[in-house]
Amino acid sequence: MSILIDKKTRLLVQGITGGEGSFHTQRCIEYGTKVVAGVTPGKGGSQILGVPIFNTVESAVEKTGANASMIFVPAAFAADAILEAVDAGLPLVVCITEGIPVSDMVMVHDYLEGKPTRLIGPNCPGLISPGKCKAGLMAGEIHLSGNIGVVSRSGTLTYETVAQLTGLGIGQSTCVGIGGDPLPGTTFVDILKLFQKDRETKAVVLIGEIGGTAEQEAAEFIKKKMTKSVVAFVAGATAPPGRRMGHAGAIISGSSGRAQDKIAALATAGATISPSPAKIGLTVQKVMKKWNAAP
Amino acid sequence: MKIHEYQAKALLSEFGIPVPKGAVASTPAEARKIAAELGGKVAIKAQVYAGGRGKAGGIKIANSPEEAEKLAARMLGTRLVTHQTTPEGVPVSKVLMEKAVNVQRELYLSIIVATASRMPVMMASEAGGMDIEEVARISPEKILLEYIDRSTGFQTFQGRKLSYGMNLSPDQIRPATSLMANLYKLFQAKDCSLAEINPLVVTTEGEIIALDAKLNFDDNALFRHRDVEQLHDVEQEDPLEVKANNLGVKNYIKMDGNIGCMVNGAGLAMAVMDLITQAGGSPANFLDIGTVNNTDRVVAAFKVFTTDPSVKAILVNIFGGIARVDVIALGIVEAHQQMDIRLPLVVRLAGTNVDEGKSILAASGIKFIEATSFDDAARKAVAAAKGDIN
Repeated sequence: MSILIDKKTRLLVQGITGGEGSFHTQRCIEYGTKVVAGVTPGKGGSQILGVPIFNTVESAVEKTGANASMIFVPAAFAADAILEAVDAGLPLVVCITEGIPVSDMVMVHDYLEGKPTRLIGPNCPGLISPGKCKAGLMAGEIHLSGNIGVVSRSGTLTYETVAQLTGLGIGQSTCVGIGGDPLPGTTFVDILKLFQKDRETKAVVLIGEIGGTAEQEAAEFIKKKMTKSVVAFVAGATAPPGRRMGHAGAIISGSSGRAQDKIAALATAGATISPSPAKIGLTVQKVMKKWNAAP
Repeated sequence: MKIHEYQAKALLSEFGIPVPKGAVASTPAEARKIAAELGGKVAIKAQVYAGGRGKAGGIKIANSPEEAEKLAARMLGTRLVTHQTTPEGVPVSKVLMEKAVNVQRELYLSIIVATASRMPVMMASEAGGMDIEEVARISPEKILLEYIDRSTGFQTFQGRKLSYGMNLSPDQIRPATSLMANLYKLFQAKDCSLAEINPLVVTTEGEIIALDAKLNFDDNALFRHRDVEQLHDVEQEDPLEVKANNLGVKNYIKMDGNIGCMVNGAGLAMAVMDLITQAGGSPANFLDIGTVNNTDRVVAAFKVFTTDPSVKAILVNIFGGIARVDVIALGIVEAHQQMDIRLPLVVRLAGTNVDEGKSILAASGIKFIEATSFDDAARKAVAAAKGDIN
């Protein structure tokens, strides 16, 4: 098993004809993802990379049975694209687009309320269930199928972590990039819940960063509900306050959002903290050895 | 994005929120003229992108136009250092001249988007005029919150709750409520990330006025607010950050160390800074080089590094995913062809097209220190900055 995406995923790509959209669609197809439809208004009826293009998400879903969408639509129009995917009833929407205004995301969250769609992102690298399905930007070949769930606010730091894990022969069940925005569709807690339920996932790596309180909320969940081991790293211990560190959500405001507080909360909740971003793989290995040593 | 107080007050005024009478001056003579027009006591306020001006000498009261001119002359053209600025401070090129008001009470009012509830929230407090974080720490019960539903907008009852909560007198409830509603309108209309009035004062005449104003805007929404974008004053930003931005290197933040960092991805860039610090060094900057499709941005980043006198070593750490390692390598080579770079260079490459990248660097003849991993790169960069290796 895995979470959110697997061999049954039938992916639709919104913004498939754009530069990034077509580039990454091709790489997803090469990885083995079933990309069944693309949506670009005005280009319906044509094809790209052998994938049929539709004018609307609704018609694409109707004709192809797509059950997930990956969005590459430019920031100014991305909220509309998300709403269209939600309206079409897709259970999973992955929004890669960076730079969506916060007020647009407030509207998106209002619209999502009570609907069956799970939104991953925006401003995220997407997700991968190694060996099964890739709906994102990550290089597929660094992954290995296995039992560690990975959830992260950062794209490249996730690649770094996955490379460490794979290098040690430790495979992953699903790796989810929830994105670097202040109002993500899916939070650490949402993904931790799914990993906790997933039979294939034996332990979880959580990669946080400065800004907001998502890690503290994750800590609360780990303490109360999580029986699986969690290894955590939080980036930005040396980031200055008041500055936005690349990601829209990565900012220490006043005394809140500091890495130190997040690390303390996660440690108190029972997560094993990786002392360095270069030692996340080794920390997971140690945690696994402990289980094997246990009677 | 930040703007100056005088610009924020012009926007407040546009949205029907009372502000003190005043005008902005760029010269002492202008300051004198404005003070004479305003008459009586005037406040002279340095216009900088930093809080803590009062304690730092950035706010003065003058009793006459002559005194106003003298005080303005002392501020204009200097750099103001507050607890929020670097030790070099920020330049004062304008002062806001305002008719002094008779303050009876100092209140606090602000709006942000609360990330946990994903809703705009209005915060009000009787304890105005001080840092709201300080109030939150000492007496959190003095902070009142009203979450604002997008579909209904800010409602009058919420204004009443906050106004009565701040113990305003019966005749102040209505104007306070309408002021709050207007602040929310402004917040929505201009895609603010913060709208803060601290202090919001009640004058001895019973009027409610925004004595100070701070508006920050969502950078991601500036594309639909060109009028706001134009207000930005680059003079207030770090010159190297401005230079980087002009060269197309976004996401560059100047730090106070000596290792110039080029990393792809914000999280990885922060992690590299953390590793450098753990290894006993200190980063000269944060830089997420982003997705690189051609060599321009890499060359530009090297231009920034070579302009920064504090940089003693350069660390390039790239994990190619979307960014292609070979393009980064080509950029490094191009930069060395275009500039005389003598700084030690530590390079760690991994991911998409890594082998091509490594052979490009090897074939170029550029002197560099190869690192095999993330932490190896940090350790070597720290050693290189100290002059231990090169």
